[in-house]
Amino acid sequence: MDHDDNKPAVFGVLAQFGDSDSLIKAARTARAAGYTRMDGHSPIPVHGLYEALGYKRSILAWIVGCGAIAGFCSAVVLQVFCSAIDGGAFGIDGYPLMVGGRPFISWPSFIPICFELTILFSAFSAVFGMIGLNGLPMPYHPTFNAEGFDRATLDKYFLCIESDDPHFDEADVTAFLGTLHPENVVPVPW
Amino acid sequence: MADLLEDEVFERVVDVDGQGPLIEGQNDLASIDHDIGHIPFMSLKNTPKFWYGGTFIAFCVMQLLFLAITVLLWKGTGIWGLNVPVAWGFAIINFVWWIGIGHAGTLISAILFLLKQDWRMSIARFSEAMTLFAVACAGLFPLFHVGRPWLAWWLFPIPNTFGMWPQFRSPLLWDVFAVSTYATVSVLFWYTGLIPDVASLRDRANKKIPKFIYGVMALGWRGSARHWHRYEIAYLLLAGISTPLVVSVHSIVSLDFAVSVVPGWHTTIFPPYFVAGAIYAGFAMVLTIMIPVAKLYKVEHFFTKRHMNNMSKVMLVAGLVVAYGYLMEVFFGYYSGNEYERYMIMNRFSGPYNWGYWALILCNIAVPMALWSYKVRTSVWACWIVCQFISVGMWLERFVIVVMSLHREFLPSSWDAYMGTKWDWMMYIGTMGFFCVLCFLFMRTLPMIAIFEIKELHHKTNHHHDLDDH
Repeated sequence: MDHDDNKPAVFGVLAQFGDSDSLIKAARTARAAGYTRMDGHSPIPVHGLYEALGYKRSILAWIVGCGAIAGFCSAVVLQVFCSAIDGGAFGIDGYPLMVGGRPFISWPSFIPICFELTILFSAFSAVFGMIGLNGLPMPYHPTFNAEGFDRATLDKYFLCIESDDPHFDEADVTAFLGTLHPENVVPVPW
Repeated sequence: MADLLEDEVFERVVDVDGQGPLIEGQNDLASIDHDIGHIPFMSLKNTPKFWYGGTFIAFCVMQLLFLAITVLLWKGTGIWGLNVPVAWGFAIINFVWWIGIGHAGTLISAILFLLKQDWRMSIARFSEAMTLFAVACAGLFPLFHVGRPWLAWWLFPIPNTFGMWPQFRSPLLWDVFAVSTYATVSVLFWYTGLIPDVASLRDRANKKIPKFIYGVMALGWRGSARHWHRYEIAYLLLAGISTPLVVSVHSIVSLDFAVSVVPGWHTTIFPPYFVAGAIYAGFAMVLTIMIPVAKLYKVEHFFTKRHMNNMSKVMLVAGLVVAYGYLMEVFFGYYSGNEYERYMIMNRFSGPYNWGYWALILCNIAVPMALWSYKVRTSVWACWIVCQFISVGMWLERFVIVVMSLHREFLPSSWDAYMGTKWDWMMYIGTMGFFCVLCFLFMRTLPMIAIFEIKELHHKTNHHHDLDDH
């Protein structure tokens, strides 16, 4: 197919650094040089790196907020339906009981479960939202093929400039990364 | 220049706010990873003997649980000591005891995280795991105490053929939602925290099967900055929602008692008093586990005197709140002027179970006063022994609340005595074995201290900033 001819030979080029400051400096320099398709890898979260790479704040918090609202609404609907509906709405009946003279929609009694379901749905949206936005599970990724990358979860910091960057040229990028004082620069095969 | 740096590093690690080091000794990211991460990879020969011994003993004790449940399912709840009026006995006592213990994990992980207490990092992982195991043990009791556990699905709002739905005004049902939510959120929180560590284990694994299993668990984590960004947001939000969750769950458990009209139960102090009691018991259990484990697995440089000191202080505060609760109960009994409330208090002091009440005061108030002393707080043995007293004391507290209020209620002709039968005790002790087995399995297969968090802590205390905008 035609696409294969245009596909670059490597996924990107990876530079290894020994500490987080070098990585942040390198990311800033690369951004200033005009590279946009980059990623940093580190064993611990490095503050300032995400911004240095030029990304905007994630929408995850909004997703969690929506999850919380959904949880609250489901709890209200569930409890009002079960405790107050007695006429076959949509062909399904609730099971209203007279308990201690309380009205059927005894909303103070409904608070604990509303609270719990709000939290449950928020937790689900936080975790699955984070995993989903990250594109995980992704057991295969070309960066795993790079030499020495297994130390990304151990003690080394990496900067990878990807080949779908408009300014990407393997030799140029390798030379450029070399100027940032890395410990090592390796290509990332597909 | 290099030795100046080392001295500075030592200075900084030792003198972090003058309270003693959080990580002792010389470390770097790789050594931290190794100290914790090599434990799951120990071969059968290298696994310490205490692990084999401990797991075996715990496994044998766990068999008591299976035996007790089997006989219970076969013969029914009549084998327990329940009677009228004491229709709720060991099952609810043990349920509340285990759930209370579980709360420390979420408190350490979530609340201390929000309060930016860095010392939580070495204990957070094990205490989160402990929460899950404690909730698992706790859940057995409500499940099996219903008499017909195969109908336990009736507790959930599931469409059925007889057109019935649960009654949402009952705290017993709030409990179902609260404890289920708590269990689920704890699993999610624990698992989220594990992802980067399991990725590290995946990369360190040499053999195929561990690499595959850890690889599947790690979901392909590669430490990408984009992923870390969302991870940190998710973790902060989870901590933020777990904090009200932990307070609400034990409050709802306390409402099981507080919404009734039984003297000694019908009091508004129960929610905060139970939550403080949960923190108390939970921290005691975390220390009970961490102190020997840190020593045996040689990770004492991550679990230092400062951790013990801080945790003991939290226990002391929780203990004082619990003591206040006891005092207020006595005051309410007097001040209410109500003969049933007054009798309830007099019964605690001088009735047939007063040994339980005075043992409670000893274990929960008198002995933990030793924690005022810095020497006791930082002494491995003294602190551990105080924790055992607290664990026993918290069980006695639930015993006093449940049994002493029920056995002598409003109508003297209904008064009776209660004690657990051997099956009650067997199930309780069996759950302790179950809990220990789960802990041992966890220690053996997963990193028991959060590797990336310790690395972060090390990085924070040793980092020399020369970038302007931090």
